[in-house]
Amino acid sequence: MRTYEVVFIAAPTLTTEQLDAFVAQMQAVVQDKNGKVIKVDNWGKKAMAYKLKRFRDGYYVILTIEADGAAIAELERRFRVSDFVIRFLSVRIDEDLKRSEKLKAARQRKIKTKRAPEPQPATEPQAEPQAEPNAAAGSG
Amino acid sequence: MPAPRRFSIRRRRVCKFCAEKITYIDFKDGRLLSHFIPERGKILPRRISGVCAVHQRQLSEAIKRARHLAILPFVAD
Repeated sequence: MRTYEVVFIAAPTLTTEQLDAFVAQMQAVVQDKNGKVIKVDNWGKKAMAYKLKRFRDGYYVILTIEADGAAIAELERRFRVSDFVIRFLSVRIDEDLKRSEKLKAARQRKIKTKRAPEPQPATEPQAEPQAEPNAAAGSG
Repeated sequence: MPAPRRFSIRRRRVCKFCAEKITYIDFKDGRLLSHFIPERGKILPRRISGVCAVHQRQLSEAIKRARHLAILPFVAD
């Protein structure tokens, strides 16, 4: 399972009901392929930076999906077939997010060791055993 | 003595992303990315923006994705 971020732009001629129906349909496609839609982010109608298929604006919808590549392939096929999807982009984000988390965690550790009064913070992270009896075992 | 510097384009010493502790540059954040797009629509070189190499790579990728989605222009005039 991988995490993807799928963004598509739907034609502004669509009604909100049609758009909602299409989004629901796409969610069903993902679930069909044993995927999971984590988040649906609808930006609404937004002006585009340049004209696309003679439209100046479009509905931006961002789906965060946890699924295999097959689900994404199917989703993209549907986007291509569909008349009112004017642009789409799917990006795999799990590795980027993992790296981002790692960097954040490393920064947290750095801050902790800096603030710790002990000379060897890496081996003995706890400052006062009496103050935090539970935290001493878990932190590292 | 070095020649007097012109400050028409302000040089930034510190990478904005390192300073603000941004670990993932989101291609959907047009407002953030637009800081690195001069009027012409090109990607600002890092010798001017001061962005570090790691973040410049991520930034350029994000800008290219944003352009594909019409969040940012390819060319602006």
